[in-house]
Amino acid sequence: MPNPSMLGLIRNEVLKIHRKRRLMVVSIILIVLVSMFTYANYRQIEKQREEQGTIDWRVDLQQEIIDTQNRLASANVQDEFRQILEFQVQQNQYYLDNDINPNYPGAPTFMRVFFSQGTTLVLPLFIIVLMADIVSGEHNDGTIKTLLSRPVRRYKILLAKWLTTLLYTSILIFVTAVVSYAISGIVLGWDGWNAPILTGFQASPTGTFSTDFVHTLPMWEYLLMSMGLSWLVVAAVGTISLMISVLVKNTATGIGIMMAVLISGPLLTSLGSNWDSSKYLVNVNFGLHTYLEGQAPPIDGMTLPFSLLVILIWSMVALAYAFYHFTQKDVY
Amino acid sequence: MEPTLKLHQLTKVIGKKTIIDNISLDVYPGEVFGFLGPNGAGKTTTIRMIVGLIKPTKGNVSICGYRVDKQFVQAMNQIGAIVENPELYKFLSGRENLEAFARMLPGVDDKRIQEVIDLVDLTARIDDKVKTYSLGMRQRLGIAQALLNNPRVLILDEPTNGLDPMGIRDLRLFIRRLVEETGLSVLVSSHILAEIELLADRVAIMSRGKIVKVGTVHALIEELASTVDLHVTNSFEVLPIVQGYEGIDQADVVDERTIRISMNVEETAKLNRYLMERDVEVFGLERRVQTLEDLFITLTGGDHIA
Repeated sequence: MPNPSMLGLIRNEVLKIHRKRRLMVVSIILIVLVSMFTYANYRQIEKQREEQGTIDWRVDLQQEIIDTQNRLASANVQDEFRQILEFQVQQNQYYLDNDINPNYPGAPTFMRVFFSQGTTLVLPLFIIVLMADIVSGEHNDGTIKTLLSRPVRRYKILLAKWLTTLLYTSILIFVTAVVSYAISGIVLGWDGWNAPILTGFQASPTGTFSTDFVHTLPMWEYLLMSMGLSWLVVAAVGTISLMISVLVKNTATGIGIMMAVLISGPLLTSLGSNWDSSKYLVNVNFGLHTYLEGQAPPIDGMTLPFSLLVILIWSMVALAYAFYHFTQKDVY
Repeated sequence: MEPTLKLHQLTKVIGKKTIIDNISLDVYPGEVFGFLGPNGAGKTTTIRMIVGLIKPTKGNVSICGYRVDKQFVQAMNQIGAIVENPELYKFLSGRENLEAFARMLPGVDDKRIQEVIDLVDLTARIDDKVKTYSLGMRQRLGIAQALLNNPRVLILDEPTNGLDPMGIRDLRLFIRRLVEETGLSVLVSSHILAEIELLADRVAIMSRGKIVKVGTVHALIEELASTVDLHVTNSFEVLPIVQGYEGIDQADVVDERTIRISMNVEETAKLNRYLMERDVEVFGLERRVQTLEDLFITLTGGDHIA
């Protein structure tokens, strides 16, 4: 292929990230985290076996429903939290009625929970570790001057960096899947790919809970959907992080800003029910897995298409501004 | 002959401050052009505009006829540059750096990469990480990078920064050889006069964003070489005789054996004959060739010079 080509530019970006050993750092953190969660999971199963003398999931689930109902009966539960608990009871009851184990033991279930829990904070954090200095690092090292005085238009250089971000988003999701399956499988067993799982519960913060659209999926299909949603969130965080990297020449400051964006998301959702328009903020919409699992979204009016649209618009605006700034501004 | 590098009324205004004020310059093939000025005069800003890192407020830059603002890719294909420092990826090896930048250039293959490595004499260390390189080696790797695309114009911004005298000499010889072999134009900026004086064919002296003087090094030195030191047995006795000669502007005693005369240096021989005719014993008659430094100090107001 004749140079300069987009593929060559992407190869350069991958080379730089590869040589900084970022993916290795992320993988090690991931291995440590998954190992800890697996062990915690194992301890929980052990404890159950001791207490109940059995690991029949039906007994377990029935117990959980009773526990939740007991909590609902006590007076000091907040209204919003009460709603979530009620949905939980209804959902668990539905699983029980249809004789489907929502927590089928095995590595695939571990993966399901890990992707669901990791998408709002852990995975975005990893993409920030990988990509935060993709532009600002060139400023810190001064290499931006060499990079931008070569016969390649600036928009192509930034496009290569963005495509590299998407590539690493895919690699990150893949590595997370492999690591969480491989490590949890040692303790929890490897099977469960075809275990049925229910999706399509519809819950809204105003109190309606519907099972009209519920259908069964094999675990592998559910996992693919779940990983797809994770990919979207991580790609969006990567894109916004790219913009911050273009705007903020100092990498540490850039990471700080992105951390604030990530952390304020869950904070806002826990306070946000009274601030309706916070649903238009991108970081409030990162919990895409709540739709898949049928939990109530934090704010009324939020649906899967709504959240996807909000994420898409924010990402495109961030990308457009990054391109504008990168191609138009003087470089000192 | 068409200039390879042409600056046309180049101006940069930041806020209300005029950083670069209406600079026009032509650099020709096979020429080493010195860009001289104290720190903060605007040399690096000008270079940044040449390589398209900064947009001029007014005016434009052409490289081999291609406008940097309108035909960026074609223009950059004809140029290689080191801006400020040789900025390369420290966590990559020298070869990986060259390979990465080669992927941004048309028609640069592994053979060409090896050629430039040999040219700058980095073969022994090329596969080591750049962070282990000395400043001189980084400088050479930077030059190798700039030469990858066989440029018609090479820009070296303060290339001798951090080099020892030996390194400076090597660099000078290297640039001379390069110009002779390839006929490219080299723009070298510096705030150190001695380097430019030995290296450049022509110089532009820059101060506070303006070019205050352009000319060949030879012409500038001619202009400055206007004093003659006369060595005699007794200065005080000879002084009145010298002052009797019409062709001099001024004559002063420096010490017992030396008189310094301001005059047109082309008349030195005539002065010698005049003194001989009057039986003055002349031990030496020395044209005092001043460095550019004196001119530089006068032109730039004497601030911030090395």
